[in-house]
Amino acid sequence: MPIKNQIKQSLIIAFWFMILTFPIMVIKVNTIRHTIDFRWANFLWVGIVTFFASMIWNYFLRRNEEQKKTDIADDIPLIHKLLQNDRFRRPFLGLVAAFFIAYPFVFPMYHTSIMISALVYVMLGLGLNIVVGLAGLLDLGYVAFYAVGAYAYALLNLHFGLSFWVVLPMSAFLGTLFGVLLGYPVLRLRGDYLAIVTLGFGEIIRIVLENWDDFSNGPRGIGDIPAPSFFGHQFGQHDAMIYMYFIVIGLVLMTIFFVHRLEHSKIGRAWIALRDDEIACQAMGIDKFKTKLTAFALGATWAAMGGVVFAAKTSFINPMSFTIWESITILCVVVIGGMGSAIGVIAGALVLILLPEYLRAVAEYRMLVFGALQVIVMVFKPDGLIKSVRKVYTFKAREE
Amino acid sequence: MRWISIGLGLAVTGVIGFFAVRELLIDPLYFFELFLGGLTRGSIYALIALGYTMVYGIIQLINFAHGEIYMIGAMTALIVASVLGLWGWNTAVIAILAFVFAIVYSCAYGFTVEKIAYKPLRHAPRLSALISAIGMSLFLQNYVMLAQTPEYLPFRTLIPDFHFWEPYAHIITSVELTIIITTVIVMILLGILIKFTRIGKAMRATAQDKVMAALLGINVNNVISATFVVGSATAAIGGVLIACHVGQINFFIGFLAGLKAFIAAVLGGIGSIPGAVLGSLVLGISESYFTGYFWSEYEDVFAFSILVLILIFRPSGILGKHDAQKV
Repeated sequence: MPIKNQIKQSLIIAFWFMILTFPIMVIKVNTIRHTIDFRWANFLWVGIVTFFASMIWNYFLRRNEEQKKTDIADDIPLIHKLLQNDRFRRPFLGLVAAFFIAYPFVFPMYHTSIMISALVYVMLGLGLNIVVGLAGLLDLGYVAFYAVGAYAYALLNLHFGLSFWVVLPMSAFLGTLFGVLLGYPVLRLRGDYLAIVTLGFGEIIRIVLENWDDFSNGPRGIGDIPAPSFFGHQFGQHDAMIYMYFIVIGLVLMTIFFVHRLEHSKIGRAWIALRDDEIACQAMGIDKFKTKLTAFALGATWAAMGGVVFAAKTSFINPMSFTIWESITILCVVVIGGMGSAIGVIAGALVLILLPEYLRAVAEYRMLVFGALQVIVMVFKPDGLIKSVRKVYTFKAREE
Repeated sequence: MRWISIGLGLAVTGVIGFFAVRELLIDPLYFFELFLGGLTRGSIYALIALGYTMVYGIIQLINFAHGEIYMIGAMTALIVASVLGLWGWNTAVIAILAFVFAIVYSCAYGFTVEKIAYKPLRHAPRLSALISAIGMSLFLQNYVMLAQTPEYLPFRTLIPDFHFWEPYAHIITSVELTIIITTVIVMILLGILIKFTRIGKAMRATAQDKVMAALLGINVNNVISATFVVGSATAAIGGVLIACHVGQINFFIGFLAGLKAFIAAVLGGIGSIPGAVLGSLVLGISESYFTGYFWSEYEDVFAFSILVLILIFRPSGILGKHDAQKV
């Protein structure tokens, strides 16, 4: 299409959006003082922004079309290529390790605290990645399992005085149990129903926690949750934070290890196959239901462990921490980072959680940007920012 | 599995029937009021559920952003009504214009959302389109929140109290009456549109087989756009009516309403238009009885439990046909 037509088309689109967003962007009614503001500046901005956005959008759409025609096979992301190269991998991993070990000692406590939250999201993201990225099951109620873990620690500690280290494995088990209990009835359904049912389940857990006062203390939440102890020794506030930080680092490393091993195991390959083609997969003799259930339950396990860490870190939980937004944030981490790709999810979690913390001025636009990014990533880069690379298996003939 | 379902179904019906008869004998007026409340609620669900079921029927996608279209309809009506109200226009004119603007704008939003978020993904895996839909829903919610306000806005009702209805107003208000009557009219109009017009025929053809429809000279893209526009229009009507009924709106009302309507659509059999209406009425009325006789704070839990039960025992819904998955 000649450039003149493109500009004309974009002008029409810009005009369309100016009209479309007029009542909501321009008019602002103050229903209490009964005045109307006309924000004409917004009118112009919408026009200018949509004009350029539509130019860029169309350009990328066309480029995508052309790429599909030429079909290039070799588009392994740079980071994977670098990591396969031994000369680069060792110093790189060394640097990353040094950075994360030095982090709590170099930066003040506030930053450590934020980093802990981001690392909890890394854990949650990797857990959800099993469900969404590998097995292709859209779980919108992931936060329910997160809440199960957090409340398990808070309540078991409150009533029975159980410590962090006792509850952590217990909650992992509880998470699995809830995953199986919920997964059992709904995993027989087609994928899109699953999204709604899990969404509903997430809301049910939150509503029950809010209303069942005797059990969960209702919306007031549970406070004074102790931080983890070190062989019976409780640290002071500052040291406890650093200790917590290293526990989370340890858990993240464990998660990465497990997820990596799982991904290349028999069941991991079954998940990926099931995601790509259910029918062909069943024809190959894979039990669809059981395979899906393992993915779902394993995802729930990590969410519950993340919940325990969250409760121990904030020392106060209430149902407001477990809204649907939390599920969607974790989903964004997985989708934008790259479904199925562990490196992508880790990078996604760090960027998506850390950036809004440091860009406080624009933090209220966070969800808006997340929503837009989900659409954009799905349309232009369905594999996410860092796409996953399937392991290549080579046949080694036995030497005789 | 089949016998378990039938047995459970009979048992549940028996228990419910017993309680219903008992309550009816104890306090018939309360029973009847709850029924009418449920009917009103179900009518609103039906108006939203239609959009879900039509879109699902034609492109097999759960349009997560549908609840947001309904919210935008209500929001536009609020803005238009407030502006015209401050300019001192006649109330009847305001009501009509608010409805018209809400419908037009909702249609425009539905159309645009389809073009941006779903059309480029028509041949992508189902999961991609679903995630894109969730992203769109998130975007629209936050867009309204940031451009307007996160607070609840009071919505002055557009529907006056009818004089002739005064003797019965203690049983059912004129707003509720309007909701039920409007829903019936919309259903009839929609039925005519689907059954007898060219575009309705094209919609049914596209829902059955997209490729074949295209071969027969139907512009599938236009038909899909038309489906979104029609669905958005009914959602907008529902949005304005519920805002008149409840009296306040904010950016988040579309989320729960959308979910409930989806449950209703599944209950009736997704993809089927009479099913959506039936499912909505069943859900609305049973929810009304549940909140009236049991715990009102667990209303949403009840709705979701119905969804889970339906999906386990009869995934194709009350009126849906069971179709095998195609390769």
